[in-house]
Amino acid sequence: MWMKLHEYQAKGVFADAGVPVPDSKLASTVDEAVDAAEDIGYPVAIKAQVQVGGRGKAGGIELVDNAEEAREAAENIIGMDLKGLHVDRVLVEGAVDFVNELYVGVTMDRNEGEPVAMVSTRGGVNIEEVAAEDPEAIEREHIDPAFGMQPYESRKAVYEAGVDREVAGDVASVLRTLFQLWDDSDATEIEVNPLMITADGDVVAADAVMNIDDDALFRHPDLAEMEDEAAEDDLEAKANEYGFDYVRLSGNVGIIGNGAGLVMTTLDLVDYYGGQPANFLDIGGGAKAERVTNALDMVFSDENVDSVVFNIFGGITRGDEVAKGINEALESFDEIPKKVVVRLAGTNAEEGMDILNTDLVTVEVTLEEAVQRAVEYAEEEAQ
Amino acid sequence: MSILVDNDSRVVVQGITGGEGKFHTRQMVEYGTNVVAGAVPGKGGQEVDGIPVYDTVDRAAREENADTSVVFVPPAFAADALFEALDAPLDLVVAITEGIPQQDMSKVYRKLRETDTQLVGPNCPGVITPGQAKLGILPGNIFESGNVGLVSRSGTLTYQVVDNLTKRGIGQTTAVGIGGDPIIGTDFVDALEMFENDPDTKAIAMCGEIGGEDEEEAASYIGEYMDTPVAGFIAGRTAPPGKRMGHAGAIVSGGGGTGTAESKIDALNDAGVPVGDTPEEVVNHIEGFL
Repeated sequence: MWMKLHEYQAKGVFADAGVPVPDSKLASTVDEAVDAAEDIGYPVAIKAQVQVGGRGKAGGIELVDNAEEAREAAENIIGMDLKGLHVDRVLVEGAVDFVNELYVGVTMDRNEGEPVAMVSTRGGVNIEEVAAEDPEAIEREHIDPAFGMQPYESRKAVYEAGVDREVAGDVASVLRTLFQLWDDSDATEIEVNPLMITADGDVVAADAVMNIDDDALFRHPDLAEMEDEAAEDDLEAKANEYGFDYVRLSGNVGIIGNGAGLVMTTLDLVDYYGGQPANFLDIGGGAKAERVTNALDMVFSDENVDSVVFNIFGGITRGDEVAKGINEALESFDEIPKKVVVRLAGTNAEEGMDILNTDLVTVEVTLEEAVQRAVEYAEEEAQ
Repeated sequence: MSILVDNDSRVVVQGITGGEGKFHTRQMVEYGTNVVAGAVPGKGGQEVDGIPVYDTVDRAAREENADTSVVFVPPAFAADALFEALDAPLDLVVAITEGIPQQDMSKVYRKLRETDTQLVGPNCPGVITPGQAKLGILPGNIFESGNVGLVSRSGTLTYQVVDNLTKRGIGQTTAVGIGGDPIIGTDFVDALEMFENDPDTKAIAMCGEIGGEDEEEAASYIGEYMDTPVAGFIAGRTAPPGKRMGHAGAIVSGGGGTGTAESKIDALNDAGVPVGDTPEEVVNHIEGFL
């Protein structure tokens, strides 16, 4: 997994590394936002700090010219619901008068197992759409992970992309800084879109995307501290706490299983049998009572959930041990709010199924039957 | 016959003195795997269940003629352990460790390209040749010796398919868990090529998932070079774009939407590979091939 920094966090990191960013201040109330705008000087952009693409189109970014407009914009944006996310804070930022917008980024090319630096003169628009319709518009330079980015590689990428000669040197320098940052901070992705070019030939990072490899956070305590503020969904934050891989979806059949591939398959089968999955939850190896309790707590906390399917393949962990864990977990609830279907397979699965308390759960033998039953329960409950 | 591992494999376990390393070494030995040494820095001279431990992989390989390693080293030190294994050198390295930083793996992968060692994983359940030997954490009791090859990015999904196969009396030559990370050593094409060259493997089950383009590459390889019939399964049809589904590598990218289940299923179908809607259907296809 990876930790996605907010724009304001990423810009802070960029500024420290020497990448030019506009003057900006973070505000969580309307008054703070207006004060910040007055300090910075108009025009300013007021930008919702939530992690979704297309904030501008969704009304999360407004450009204002005076205090009155700033107040109105801040009132509109703070507290708004942007593509399902609640906006708590805005970044108030000096507007940049640009003549050109570029795209620069560094990411991992998983097929090659190597980082790749990217430059395009088609900045300011969704770069993935550009990549899909006109791949040639993005210049890619693979970087040898053993040696890091050489200066010529940054120049090559910038010249080949067709960046104006007057600013090419500065853009190449930004690219080198971004690569260094990528390398130093164990990023999985760094992106500036747009990198604005002003009439005076200055380069300014008007937006900032920076994702950090969760698996490397142990060696970046400074970045790890930003994690709480970066968390979005309450349930996803709770999952972090419990140490589950969890993704919330919009359906009503809760899903708990072990192993990513098997959990994904369970989701797919819920869909295949006409239901809608509410979540992905991988409980991991084993199934100790405490983990089962936590997993059920997670799924029951989602008010959309109408039924739950529990799909465990016992490998090294035996099915009878898993069953004991499930019983213990279920007995710890005063009342089980939604119907739970359990399916155990693998080592000692039959012994496990005999142990399961059928007053509390419905037991099914095959994966297909278990999913169909959970979909049925969800339909009944939803009516 | 089999691929990657058999009775003759001489195995060194890196991280043999840790909880997981110790537990799974015992399981591997019980299954019949020839574990000849352990390697843990600073623990040279000790023994685990009578297996000698050395400070370095190099020493373990020289003293005990080890040709294969299984890595249970924690993620923070795993890349170092992999470099050490690649340098020994060994024929096969199976990395079980989950959570190795991506940039560490990028460097390991760079080194791997310069060696003749076959790396399986990381973040994988391992490799098993039923009735002979297993490397990793797979539950040996669900496997049965036979003539179906299995390759998968996921552990428990592999077990699910194997369980269904075994219950129908269909055994396996070798099962390879290639791992759920974005950067892995052995990919589908590598494993398929090995199975194609194994005279005992009469059919292959391939379990892919969303993210990356490995399945698409496998599809073109199958279409062009393979005679052994392959049946497929792709997990993650319902995964939303931009969300990682447990495995670090299981993600459909936003916007452009690459790495989708649909693209993989289409590619496989185009190459003549039937893709099951359920794990049970995959087994039906395999049964039909035999």
